[in-house]
Amino acid sequence: MTTTDTVSAAAPPADPPPQPLTTRDGIPLKVSLMRALRREKMRAMLLIAPLLLFILLTFAAPIADMLFRSVENGIVSNTLPRTVEALADWDETSGEAPGEPVFAALHADLLIATEKKTHTRLGSRLNYEASGMSSLFRKTGRRAGRMDEAEPFKAQFIDIDDKWGEIDTWQVLKTFSPPLTSGYFLNAVDMELTPGGIEMKPESERVYLFLFARTLFLSLTIMGCCLLLGYPVAYLLAALPARTSNLLMILVLLPFWTSLLVRTSAWKVLLQQQGVINDFLVWTGIVSDAGRLVMINNQTGTIIAMTHILLPFMILPLYSVMKTISPSYVRAAKSLGATDWTAFWRVYFPQTVPGIGAGSILVFILSIGYYITPELVGGTSGIFISNRIAYHISSSLNWGLAAALGVLLLAAVLLLFYVYDKIVGIDNVKLG
Amino acid sequence: MSALPSYASAGQRAWYYGFRTICGMIFFFLIFPILIIVPLSFNAENFFTFTPQMLALDPAGYSLKHYEDFFTNPDWQQALRNSFAIAPAATLLATVLGTLAAIGLSQSHVPWRSAIMAVLISPMIVPLIISAAGMYFFYSRIGLQGTYLGVVLAHAALGTPFVIITVTATLVGFDRSLVRAAASLGANPVTTFFKVQMPLIVPGVVSGALFAFITSFDEVVVVLFLGSAGQKTLPWQMFTGLREQISPTILAVASLMVAISIALLTVLELLRRRSERLRGLTPS
Repeated sequence: MTTTDTVSAAAPPADPPPQPLTTRDGIPLKVSLMRALRREKMRAMLLIAPLLLFILLTFAAPIADMLFRSVENGIVSNTLPRTVEALADWDETSGEAPGEPVFAALHADLLIATEKKTHTRLGSRLNYEASGMSSLFRKTGRRAGRMDEAEPFKAQFIDIDDKWGEIDTWQVLKTFSPPLTSGYFLNAVDMELTPGGIEMKPESERVYLFLFARTLFLSLTIMGCCLLLGYPVAYLLAALPARTSNLLMILVLLPFWTSLLVRTSAWKVLLQQQGVINDFLVWTGIVSDAGRLVMINNQTGTIIAMTHILLPFMILPLYSVMKTISPSYVRAAKSLGATDWTAFWRVYFPQTVPGIGAGSILVFILSIGYYITPELVGGTSGIFISNRIAYHISSSLNWGLAAALGVLLLAAVLLLFYVYDKIVGIDNVKLG
Repeated sequence: MSALPSYASAGQRAWYYGFRTICGMIFFFLIFPILIIVPLSFNAENFFTFTPQMLALDPAGYSLKHYEDFFTNPDWQQALRNSFAIAPAATLLATVLGTLAAIGLSQSHVPWRSAIMAVLISPMIVPLIISAAGMYFFYSRIGLQGTYLGVVLAHAALGTPFVIITVTATLVGFDRSLVRAAASLGANPVTTFFKVQMPLIVPGVVSGALFAFITSFDEVVVVLFLGSAGQKTLPWQMFTGLREQISPTILAVASLMVAISIALLTVLELLRRRSERLRGLTPS
């Protein structure tokens, strides 16, 4: 700011020739202003930098790592480098198993691998693609050291296990020898990489497309339920006088602020067959004691609990849009002869569409990636794709597949968020 | 809608009361599951429903034994301690970094502003299971998986978007000429920040910190993957309790947590009013 002050002092109005404006110390004004602007930018960037760096290191890097893991496949070429090299000359469509040089290379590789104990890991990796590979590598690894180096290796390997003589085994090995693979992604959409190209998996082994479809279906159902329940409440809150609506707002905000696990445990307790709701229904005689409803560990449980958990996320954006709609529009419509319904449907409702869009996308984004609630109340029929991701990370240890599924889910969420940003704007996110 | 006019027809009257009944039922759906666990947590039996004695309001049907279990059981106590060791550290980190960044972002000339904002907000957008998966892979590579530091860093990253959003919202109403006035009176930037800017944006900072705290305190997915037994937090203990053998102690814990959320909600509401008053608006 000092620059502008000094400019007026340095440039007397009586000066006729159009000299470039300078500050008092003789620096052209343009340069000085640029410098001030640069300083301001630097200061802003210095304030932002620590957090940006922090987020990049603790959050963005892990996400990037996951992207990398979903295609990474260095394990075959790292464990069996010579074999991979020798296999390059083998024609997998020839209908014959590879020749002696490949087996000699395999022997050399396995000797090193068994010493480092990496052959079992390779076995379990290849087992994701073709079953039986894990035991094949374990078995061969045990005996690799006792082979007779003077005899041909091919016969000795086939002697250990017939699989070494089968083309299928070698085809899998060759297909997955490049350092990057699309195998995990194909697996994630129920396809597989075969020597003949990309094919759909056999009907009985397809799981993920179905699971994606179910995630989509359940999320849409939950979104619909939230809209159905949220719209009237938001409407009432926007129409009531501020004092009453603020009081009622507590009923929306308290669940919003209550721990997710508290709400999930409440539903787990309520929906049980021996729980409060069933007891009440039996007491009133709506259902018989023997016919208690099964409302938990299935899709019903997931839908009820998640609708309850996500409802505030629908009500709050709807409310903030409805609050801005002037009541005089509806009054004008009525004074022109519209019935209550026409006034609502033709005049009021179209103005709430942005709120419906914002709330629906928000609820949909949140529900599509939900893990905890479906895990606890969803049983087997009410789980989402995220539960499968968690399963592959902690139980089956197929991290590549978990990463590929995660990347697909992330892509869907980011796409939706882009739409949300276009409709609502990221800066308009309000809390509480 | 706000009041029924005296000339309303019978149909309008029926709709008016019918609509309110429907809304009443939805409010009931929202609040009932949270309130019902409080009386259930005083059950003298190990049941998850009201015993006949409880319904008859017989004092013998009620007891504090589940609360006693919570306060004496070493597993729960360890989880409580872990939660209170992780959440404040994550909150502090998130609040300091987030506040600085929000102030930086509110300056008038910030290059690539929207791109930076998108990166900084991303922990809030990315589904937790994906953040957890990515962090698990990456942190086990660099040896942070299963450590206290790893969990704190992860929770701080998840909490920062909330701090940025709340502080940015307060800064929208901040008059920049106050900073200029302080500078022209000879205050250096640090003094200006602490004496002029900070007192005015403090409600935003505090509510951001509360959001960050509750994010860490409630978080279970990330800690489930990143933590080891030594970082078992309260939500984690609840999660395993719910998945394996569900014990009524969970209801006592849940009731205590409802009390915490009521306290938090009150603090936030008071802060919001204070902030609006400072900005010259009449609190509604």
